[in-house]
Amino acid sequence: MENRPLEYDYTIAKMFMFTTIVLGIVGMLIGVILAFQLAFPGVNLFLGEGLAEYTNFSRLRPLHTDAVIFGFTLSGVFATWYYVGQRVLKVSMAESKLLMTLGKVHFWLYLVVVAAVVVSLFAGVTTSKEYAEFEWPIDIGVVVVWVIWGMGVFGLIGIRREKSLYISIWYYIATFLGIAMLYLFNNMEIPTILGTSAAGESGICAWYHSVSMYSGTNDALVQWWYGHNAVAFGFTVPIVAMIYYFLPKESGQAIYSYKLSLLSFWGLMFVYLWAGGHHLLYSTVPDWMQTMGSIFSVILILPSWGSAINMLLTMKGEWQQVAASPLIKFMILGSTFYMFSTLEGPIQAIKSVNAIAHFTDWIVGHVHDGVLGWVGFMIMAALYHMAPRVFKREIYSKSLMAAQFWIQTLGVVLYFTSMWIAGITQGMMWRAHDEFGNLAYSFIDTVTVLHPYYTIRGVGGLLYLVGFLMFAYNIYKTMSARPVEERELQNASPMGA
Amino acid sequence: MFHWLEKHPFFFAVGVFVTIAFAGLVEILPNFAQASRPVIGTAPYSTLELAGRHVYIKNSCNACHSQLVRPFKSETDRYGHYSLSGEYAYDRPFLWGSKRTGPDLWRVGNYRTTDWHENHMKDPASVVPGSIMPAYKWMFTNKADIETAFAEQLTVAQYFSVTYNEPVPMKDGSSIIVKMGGSVAEAKAIALEEAKLIAADMRDQDVKDAVARGEIPEIVALIAYMNSLK
Repeated sequence: MENRPLEYDYTIAKMFMFTTIVLGIVGMLIGVILAFQLAFPGVNLFLGEGLAEYTNFSRLRPLHTDAVIFGFTLSGVFATWYYVGQRVLKVSMAESKLLMTLGKVHFWLYLVVVAAVVVSLFAGVTTSKEYAEFEWPIDIGVVVVWVIWGMGVFGLIGIRREKSLYISIWYYIATFLGIAMLYLFNNMEIPTILGTSAAGESGICAWYHSVSMYSGTNDALVQWWYGHNAVAFGFTVPIVAMIYYFLPKESGQAIYSYKLSLLSFWGLMFVYLWAGGHHLLYSTVPDWMQTMGSIFSVILILPSWGSAINMLLTMKGEWQQVAASPLIKFMILGSTFYMFSTLEGPIQAIKSVNAIAHFTDWIVGHVHDGVLGWVGFMIMAALYHMAPRVFKREIYSKSLMAAQFWIQTLGVVLYFTSMWIAGITQGMMWRAHDEFGNLAYSFIDTVTVLHPYYTIRGVGGLLYLVGFLMFAYNIYKTMSARPVEERELQNASPMGA
Repeated sequence: MFHWLEKHPFFFAVGVFVTIAFAGLVEILPNFAQASRPVIGTAPYSTLELAGRHVYIKNSCNACHSQLVRPFKSETDRYGHYSLSGEYAYDRPFLWGSKRTGPDLWRVGNYRTTDWHENHMKDPASVVPGSIMPAYKWMFTNKADIETAFAEQLTVAQYFSVTYNEPVPMKDGSSIIVKMGGSVAEAKAIALEEAKLIAADMRDQDVKDAVARGEIPEIVALIAYMNSLK
């Protein structure tokens, strides 16, 4: 028994792999519908007049963002945590009944909250705050799910065999703490039932309704401190955790520089939170906050590129793997998109650029080159790496994987190029004056001109969705194939007893 | 130090938390109280306007429309005076939005009428040729939730000292009083009075009949809210 390698328990990881794929399809499908609604408004009625209230752009839009953020991405984060966590801490979930139970409760409660979110957003029950649309009963559910995950994370760390925490674990810890702090403070709200019962009018209103604890400018400040950093701790930090594990594992290369990873981690932690102010440039928040937001956004290039360059240099001397392995392709292109996106963001945060870019489709383009190119690619790569090890079967088709890679890359390129053109066109047209100093265009001129770009964007999004369906099919065929071997060979080496 | 932290998860977590919490404290706290005060001329929302605001939020109008006029000539030409912080003191939540697929609405009450909104919400392209905004016909039949709007008034009056039933100073030196009912029935009566004024300018017979029956369709509340944005 002494010679046996550790065996890990992937029960929970499998569950979250499943929701990653299902909610990914849902979120991306809604996204494609939204894209075509903007290009062809008739699509708002794709289920007929009777259901128009539930199928029009504005009702679906929060469903798209939340399905992708809290459905697809967060499931991916959880799935990889329940895989990576055990392996780098050298301890199996099966060793602790408590952790196993917590993991299962975590998954099922998560599903309940997801279902509640879907119902409430379709019904139009929303606080209107972006990525924080949920009313207080769901907020409580979110907090419970999050705390249970945190107990699982720290529980596993508590019983670890490997004393030193690997880089990925730093990032998972930061994800937990960051989102916990941001979510709590941004969702401070007073349920109206408290106000009515105090006035002796209990039970008159919608019980789930609430009023934000902050008003106007303060509300905006807290919201974008949250909104920007939900991106930081949902779309960046845990994805970096993944790549620090999966790229070295898949390529067999050691991380290029430990010092660079230290600098990037602590730099990212310190700098990211300041940058939220760049969402509020030229708004009514004080100038110095806006300037801080701009400056720190530019500084943010350093830690972001630190991680990305660390990843690219990890491939030093092994670049032929990029050509040979579609999985490495996903991760390397993901890192490249991360670099690209973290350069684009700071450029948009410069005040004079923001004056044109803000409120336009360029921002939408920026979000999507980050999410499609970096987050999406990395999560799919992680699942592709995990699938053979979790299901004990070879990946069904490598050529399907390669085809998917190129289709999705083309999709992302179409998406962000069309949105660049659309955004800059719109920003420039809004501010154009004629020779007498009058506005050169009415607002509707700046809408109709975007039609071709909206169409191209829709096609780009559709290609990405097609690629994602290929991914789902590939994983499905992998897990349902005949097992290569029921159990790993224990004593395969000549020296084995 | 870092090697030590990596072997001590608790202190590592504390270190991370302090590092990330720092920025929020410095950026959000100093201006907090000042940014909560209304400017002269800003009044709390009436019951009907608040119900309309809920319709606006329910349909995520803020996904495509901003409510923030930036201090550029092109924006003040198009939308009116740039936004002031205190004008948003009664906005819970704020509705600045992050994307202008359609135009800004912060001062839409200055240049659009009840009649315009009615036609526009029924069939946007009939008023603005080429518009990609979908129609919102269900607002003409769904009923506005006056009770929740009233509950919200009670809540903000109690927890945030919003001044209902008290004089609010206006820019010209006069003052107005925004009424809040003492009971649900009273609140509904106040909202209905306001709704009648809106419905009088509307053409849709079903809406007029509904208001005459004492019901308030969502569209009436929404228009009241739109008209209040000045």
